[in-house]
Amino acid sequence: MHIIESGNVAAATGVKLARAQVIAAYPITPQTPLTEKLSEFVESGALKAEYIPVESEHSAMAVCIAASTAGTRAFTATSANGLLYMVEQLHWAVGARLPIVMCVANRGIGAPWTVWNDQQDTISQRDAGWIQIYANDHQQIIDAVIKAFRLAQTVSIPVMVCYDGYLLSHTYMPFDVPEQSKVDSFLPAFAPTHFLDPENPGNFNTVTLPDIRPGVDGEMAPGYIEIRHNLHQDLRATLDTFVEIDKAFEKEFGRGGNPLVEKYRCDDADFVAVCIGSLSYQLRDVIDIMRENDVKIGVMGVQMYRPFPDKAIVDALRGKKCAIVFEKALSYGNQGALYADIKAALYTSEKKPRIHNYILGLGGREIKTQQLLDALTASCTSPDTFEDTPRWIGLKL
Amino acid sequence: MTTRTFCNKISRSKPSPGDGGNTGSWRVLRPVINLEACIPAKRNKKACFHCWLYCPDSVVSKTIPPVINYEYCKGCGICAEECPADAISMVDESTHPVEEK
Repeated sequence: MHIIESGNVAAATGVKLARAQVIAAYPITPQTPLTEKLSEFVESGALKAEYIPVESEHSAMAVCIAASTAGTRAFTATSANGLLYMVEQLHWAVGARLPIVMCVANRGIGAPWTVWNDQQDTISQRDAGWIQIYANDHQQIIDAVIKAFRLAQTVSIPVMVCYDGYLLSHTYMPFDVPEQSKVDSFLPAFAPTHFLDPENPGNFNTVTLPDIRPGVDGEMAPGYIEIRHNLHQDLRATLDTFVEIDKAFEKEFGRGGNPLVEKYRCDDADFVAVCIGSLSYQLRDVIDIMRENDVKIGVMGVQMYRPFPDKAIVDALRGKKCAIVFEKALSYGNQGALYADIKAALYTSEKKPRIHNYILGLGGREIKTQQLLDALTASCTSPDTFEDTPRWIGLKL
Repeated sequence: MTTRTFCNKISRSKPSPGDGGNTGSWRVLRPVINLEACIPAKRNKKACFHCWLYCPDSVVSKTIPPVINYEYCKGCGICAEECPADAISMVDESTHPVEEK
């Protein structure tokens, strides 16, 4: 069934279809309408879940950790400073290997206060160990939420589903709402092998020592470094697992096929613009204009940022003249985080493309099509003479 | 399809004595009960047991006399602090001749 609704409602509808059992969230702009919608669903009985109001994002994640440890499907959502307030619990959730799903409506981080969109909030959490999926439109939001629950419980790693605040969270678009019966067959009930159970007591995530040690059962218990190595290996394996899950989703719902990166007019391109989120769809207009002027250019949206799909990106950029990386976030004092990641991925390639970096749209600064066109034209005109440092688009003072 | 078993290393165990490690090895000061002063021992009565009550590691038995399990006692000294009869003294571990098991 197609409906016209906001991105936040698309996310909430996905959570309802996924039959989340425990929801704990604290409202923060621009995520608020998502949690309001979920509380409506719970209140009306449309979603049989516990909605637990909390006094902070730290508590929201703590409730999700407890609920997930008890073997239920847990969900929360936040933005910007709310995400940062739950950071300590974010790391706990992933270390404890809990399949929590969280939506983040991307927003710039204070200080100074901003409620508008950029992606510094989630990009700053790229090293926490959470899986990060970015949606480019409303259909991708609802689909990604459903896929995220299956991915999280398959690999026992929590998943962030990120989408641009306001640009997606508050705009209205038509999208298809999958049938409940189909979602139920795609997403089996969460049935963990280990969970908090009074009938079968267990110690979870107690202190580990620097070295391995024999447990009371005589088996060697892993130390911290073994547990963290296992997390990293599982994250690397998650890339293939997500491709498989996306295939299963496509079979059931007829949508998908671009789980790691989404390419537009890239195949015969000499130049490829690269970015994360809804900007990749805005860039398609610019690509079309440049194609009319015989510039062989395409755009690639990075759909999964962690684990980093380095092979998919290197494959997509093989033989290209130049990759132009646009980012609504940066690693302050260095460069754009995506730019640095792509450069590192390309390091061992034989024929490396040139690579440029643009920072734009921070704190919701409007991104004009003409600015994107100017930037891409500059990059395509002189690909060999760019500095290895980001250029900023749209600075006024 | 991927056949990988995910999440096969994690800190999970069955609650049982010693699961947190042999914490007695952390001890620097050893609580030693003077049975001449200890209330339940002196009166041969199930009374007092402040040491049992306050021990954060539950290593003091509620028996006559109370017995400390030195395999897990970390030597925090709370029992000595709480004992109303001043019957528990904290003795330097290095001067203690025999390691009790």
